[in-house]
Amino acid sequence: MAKLFNEEVQKQLKEILAQTQEKITLVLFTKEGSCPTCSETKQLLEEVTELSDNIDLELKDLERDQSLAKQYGVTLTPSFVILNAKGEYKGVKFNGIPAGHEINSFVSALLEMSGMTPKFQENIVKRIEKINQPVNIKVFVTLGCPHCPGAVQNAHRLAMLNENIEGEMIEAQTFAELSNKFNVSGVPKIVINDKYEFVGNQPIETYLEQIENM
Amino acid sequence: MKLINLNLESTVTSSDFDRVVKWDLLIIGGGPAGLNAALYAKRKGLTCGIISKEIGGQLHNTTDVDNYLGYKLIEGKDLSHQFVNHVNSLEVPIYKDVNVLSIEVMNPDFKISLDDGKVLYSKTLLMATGGMPKKLAVPGEEFYANKGVSYCTTCDAPFFKDKHVIVAGGGNSAAEAILDLSHWAQHITVVHRSQWRADKILLDKIYALNNVTVHLETQLLEVFGEAQMTGVKVFDKTTKQEKTIAAQGLFIEIGNLPKSHLVRDLVQTNPQGEIIVDENQMTSVPGLYAAGDVTQQVFKQIVISAADGAKAALAATQYLNQTYKENSNGEII
Ligand SMILES: Cc1cc2nc3c(=O)[nH]c(=O)nc-3n(C[C@H](O)[C@H](O)[C@H](O)COP(=O)(O)OP(=O)(O)OC[C@H]3O[C@@H](n4cnc5c(N)ncnc54)[C@H](O)[C@@H]3O)c2cc1C
Repeated sequence: MAKLFNEEVQKQLKEILAQTQEKITLVLFTKEGSCPTCSETKQLLEEVTELSDNIDLELKDLERDQSLAKQYGVTLTPSFVILNAKGEYKGVKFNGIPAGHEINSFVSALLEMSGMTPKFQENIVKRIEKINQPVNIKVFVTLGCPHCPGAVQNAHRLAMLNENIEGEMIEAQTFAELSNKFNVSGVPKIVINDKYEFVGNQPIETYLEQIENM
Repeated sequence: MKLINLNLESTVTSSDFDRVVKWDLLIIGGGPAGLNAALYAKRKGLTCGIISKEIGGQLHNTTDVDNYLGYKLIEGKDLSHQFVNHVNSLEVPIYKDVNVLSIEVMNPDFKISLDDGKVLYSKTLLMATGGMPKKLAVPGEEFYANKGVSYCTTCDAPFFKDKHVIVAGGGNSAAEAILDLSHWAQHITVVHRSQWRADKILLDKIYALNNVTVHLETQLLEVFGEAQMTGVKVFDKTTKQEKTIAAQGLFIEIGNLPKSHLVRDLVQTNPQGEIIVDENQMTSVPGLYAAGDVTQQVFKQIVISAADGAKAALAATQYLNQTYKENSNGEII
């Protein structure tokens, strides 16, 4: 099969991934039978894994590995989570292939999960730490959307900084039904706890305001 | 569409921005104007850096570019990667994902505050902040934003597969939006208040499509719908009649508003809010330059923005060598 990453991209990714500090694990769920973009996603993760010794990949099946899927709240395929060095799920999830522009939110999640913690102002960190109710953030994206990776990155950063928060990218075309359910016709669209929504690549404060006012 | 769109600048850290006490030139905006300015400034030996929310600017909103000299046809984001690659090879620090919140003139220097709390000082400054999509300002537009109304074709076209969409506008970006959408939408209706301004080469492609209807001299009056938009009301200037057009989507491509708010109280702007610059790209404040779509320059194009950026960098170099004088005691602020 032809590689997804050409030589140049491979080289660049390798350099970027050299900044990973701790081991991380990608756990990908696919399923047998019809599973649009499953094989491409698997290929993408395999190619990424090859570029860094710090990244491991585990392949799971949504049906056969039900209990694990349940533990990570995985219900769609393809879907993958990134586990930290201790093998813990921190709420960082991708539903669908993070290709196109979304490769950037993927790379940033890899780096940040492996120890390159982003710098936030102290008051922001405090506000994030204070959140004590379960929060699920869905970020609907398309792969041609240049403003979407920033939105996904925000959701994932919130998740990494607070156990109560889960952030998931949803590639809107693969999961058209879910996108329809949430009336997505413009991206990035952010839906919090399936109820509160806003659009656009907003600063992290917008997420916090929404969450704090729930 | 390109399968992998890696943003190379994602590797650049902000460490340089903590280290440099006073910059020769800080560039706000990482579109064609800002990137080319960085290239020229760095080669002249200036200590320069780019601060930008997003790198590549509007290049990322356009699919095909076929009027940049040297490239017969290139995707906007590929051209952006070429630009960034070139700038990266000169190791110009790029501080990404931050917004400049305010600019203060400190005679002769400038103080720039960022939204992550950082404060930077520079001897000269370049506003290369470009533009953002202009709104129609009609009833319903805001309410149905992202409920059918979109300002980004490359982002949102897939949601309008087999649907009827309207494109508002008659310039090159509208024409490109029509061509992009023609792969997805079942039918496209163009509504434009005057005559076409788009290049003939694009119009020829549009008129060769069989799923496009064009209404020129037609004013868009209102967007209506229920939870999602269901259509628009228009006024046909020729027949002097109002009518409605049913459609599930509306892509608004009527040009840009300059992102000049940071300096609007500091420098001269025209009634459209565009920054007025002299032949060397200098604003009415010495040491403060502007280039690209944010200026009064009429033809908003990549090659023109890039060229203006180069001019600004060269002029800033000359200004630093000939005119700029450190504060009387020579001390850093
Ligand atoms: C759909 C579309 C199609 C087009 N097609 C073509 C084409 O085929 N050929 C052509 O020549 N031109 C085309 N253009 C026009 C071209 O893209 C612009 O002229 C050009 O990008 C302008 O460059 P710029 O550097 O001035 O600004 P921009 O490209 O707008 O870049 C400005 C940058 O500044 C950043 N910024 C703004 N404010 C701040 C702030 N406060 N803090 C931090 N960062 C900030 C933004 O994030 C952005 O990255 C097209 C435009 C559009 C919208």
